[in-house]
Amino acid sequence: MTPELGQIALILALLLALAQSVLPIVGAWRGNGALMAVARPAAFGQGLFVVLAFVLLINAFLRFDFSVQYVADNSNLALPWYYRIAAVWGAHEGSMLLWIFILDVWTLALALFSRRLPEAFVARVLGVLGLIAVGFLAFILFTSDPFGRLIPMPADGGDLNPVLQDPGMTFHPPVIYMGYVGFSVAFAFSIAALLGGELEQAWVRWARPWTNVAWAFLTCGIVAGSWWAYAELGWGGWWFWDPVENASFMPWLVGTALIHAQAVTEKRGSLRAWTILLSIFAFSLSLLGTFLVRSGVLTSVHSFASDPRRGLFILCFLVIVVGGSLLLYALRAPKVAGGKPFAVVSRESAILVGNLMFTVAAAMVLLGTLFPLIGDALNLGRISVGPPYFGLLFPLLMLPVVLLLPFGPYLRWGKGEAPVLRSVMLRAGLAALACAIVAAFFVSTQLKAIAGVASAVWVAVGVLLYVLKRWREMPRGRRYPAEMAGMLFAHVGVAVFLIGVLLSESLSVTRDVRMAPGETQHIGGYDFRFDGVTETQGPNWRADQGTVIVTRDGKPVATMHPQKRTYTREQVQTESAIDPGITRDLYVALGEPMDKQHIDGAWALRLYSKPFIRWLWAGGLLMMLGGFIAASDRRFRLRREASVTDGKRSTLPPKPAEANA
Amino acid sequence: MSRLLPLIAFVLLAGLLGFGIWWNSGHDQTAIPSPLIDKPAPDFKLPLLYQPEQTVTRAALLGKPYLLNVFASWCVDCAIEHPVLQAEAATLGVDLVGYNYKDAPDDAKAWLATHGNPYKVLMADVSGQAAIDFGVYAAPESFLVDARGVIRYKHIGPLTPDVVSGELKPAIAALQKEAH
Repeated sequence: MTPELGQIALILALLLALAQSVLPIVGAWRGNGALMAVARPAAFGQGLFVVLAFVLLINAFLRFDFSVQYVADNSNLALPWYYRIAAVWGAHEGSMLLWIFILDVWTLALALFSRRLPEAFVARVLGVLGLIAVGFLAFILFTSDPFGRLIPMPADGGDLNPVLQDPGMTFHPPVIYMGYVGFSVAFAFSIAALLGGELEQAWVRWARPWTNVAWAFLTCGIVAGSWWAYAELGWGGWWFWDPVENASFMPWLVGTALIHAQAVTEKRGSLRAWTILLSIFAFSLSLLGTFLVRSGVLTSVHSFASDPRRGLFILCFLVIVVGGSLLLYALRAPKVAGGKPFAVVSRESAILVGNLMFTVAAAMVLLGTLFPLIGDALNLGRISVGPPYFGLLFPLLMLPVVLLLPFGPYLRWGKGEAPVLRSVMLRAGLAALACAIVAAFFVSTQLKAIAGVASAVWVAVGVLLYVLKRWREMPRGRRYPAEMAGMLFAHVGVAVFLIGVLLSESLSVTRDVRMAPGETQHIGGYDFRFDGVTETQGPNWRADQGTVIVTRDGKPVATMHPQKRTYTREQVQTESAIDPGITRDLYVALGEPMDKQHIDGAWALRLYSKPFIRWLWAGGLLMMLGGFIAASDRRFRLRREASVTDGKRSTLPPKPAEANA
Repeated sequence: MSRLLPLIAFVLLAGLLGFGIWWNSGHDQTAIPSPLIDKPAPDFKLPLLYQPEQTVTRAALLGKPYLLNVFASWCVDCAIEHPVLQAEAATLGVDLVGYNYKDAPDDAKAWLATHGNPYKVLMADVSGQAAIDFGVYAAPESFLVDARGVIRYKHIGPLTPDVVSGELKPAIAALQKEAH
């Protein structure tokens, strides 16, 4: 009975979403307060029923209700309860339900925290979010029903994809969806502004914290995904340029451009149309990602079971939402370049250059991702471009960003001062050069590693100099407002990330070896002794578990246990053993047994020493932290009503320090 | 006009995606064209399964076309494929060469004893080394090699009656046509 209740809840949610999307938008257009007032209650109702459906599906998993097809496909009696909950989003149907669930989390948050915004504007924003909900609810109900029955009910189910049976992976999808779906809020704000013909830029200030939070979640999700790939896939890589990874990376790139463009538009009124366009792009790329993962148009390691009908549905939805909003943009975008003028040397210019690089990088990733498709279309055969393409172009595009980064905070809005910039350049440059020379003594001719040290020092020194400058020049309490602190954290994160990427890429040592018990291999200053393989058992898997003792100059460092697990349904999954460290990770993956007869017990092993690899995730987490801190700035919460009405704006006390923030 | 550019770019993109859906409904995504097609089969020297002291080489098989079938006793799909091979072996018009892949010889013999042995020549690659040269991805796989030792057709996965009548037999017929 309960699965049918879930279905009914989704149908009711769809009807309420229709009300939420149509009535308030019409109301805002006609100036009808009663219709506008529908927005919040309809959004709450819609959210309630979606939450209900979500809870019912979790319940079906917890109760082993194998009469539900989706439950039977993705769980079994041996699966522990926490993975049964994670199984809710382990395959296509449930992950769509998670998508809409998270859209409603954002919608409800917006409905709750928008009391101070003008009624018509909120009505339009909630209406646009309702429209997106209509599309996804219809998609679930018509093509991907998670509550479909399986009669007769099997005694036991299949299994959750074993790559998802990892603590990190339980959280990765919800977090990444928080990010991707969160861009729907910035999108809805932009569309509402276009619909309402907002002349004031106040809405950009309201949109900023939402965009920052969504971006921070997306950053966190990508970091988690990359960490998981590193720990689980067994070959020590952390980024594959796989279509699905790219699907989350493109919105991130555009989102990064967006949070900077929003700052310009909010503070200076310039780049208005560009900011709107970027918010449309960021959300469109999230939708495109959903399309790519589920339509089967591209093959990828983690695409869902594909179905052309689903692809067609999302494509139609994509055409309506993206095509419609770009048409609206073409018709209604601010025609006049507004805002205060800015010189060539100014913060606006620097942000614009960065924006350009991020947008071009996103376009480059999109092109690379769609390349197989273009190859088919032009009858060139199935061509795909891989790491060589991305690995060459992406760093090239990011180089100007890294070079400009230290100057960002020093550049004034409107017109920057050249002498200050020269002194920053001199100091950061000298520091980078000095550190590069020192680094060269350690790594000799590894240019990538030297470049990593130099670029990280360049960025970090620039940020630190600015921190010191604020400390000296500003009174206590006004030195680091949250918005600025967030920016500084994120920029330091870039420096940390650069260390991680460039040092680990250039200094890693990998060795594929055949080892019999008792043999020792010497890698990166460490001795790895293989002590053989034993059998071990988990809740729903059995595994061959190797033991590797690592020593350095005879002193014990770590005992590592790489596993090769076989799950209930005979799927095999490697569990690498990692000994983490600040300056290096040691990493062991178990390959195949080398002799079937098990005479000498030799196995193929893959041994790695990966210097500084942890820094790249640390850098990502710092960026995430920066996003959250910036979003918490009091400026975004207070005095909203003051900025709504035009006349009061000038009565705000002038704050030169913050104008520079 | 410039405000229309994003829309135009998107229309192009949507067209491409629509094309992708249409294309995939008519094409097999997993069909990877083998780089070995129309190339000489790689050299190999492998012991016979039943007489390990004797070896077979690529050169020894020249002169007559044959179908090289990669199989193993541990491979689930091979058991599905096997009845098809048994039924078609006599009517194919080419010899079947068995390629026992990464298998313990005793397991393979026991498996063939239960499922039957349609192979004219049967060699064993216990380590799987030679299979790397053939680009073997997973068992079962089949390679049609012509009299000059050139690979003419390749199939990944089990040979089903449909594949045999729709792809394999036409490929064999083309070989026989050339020979005349």
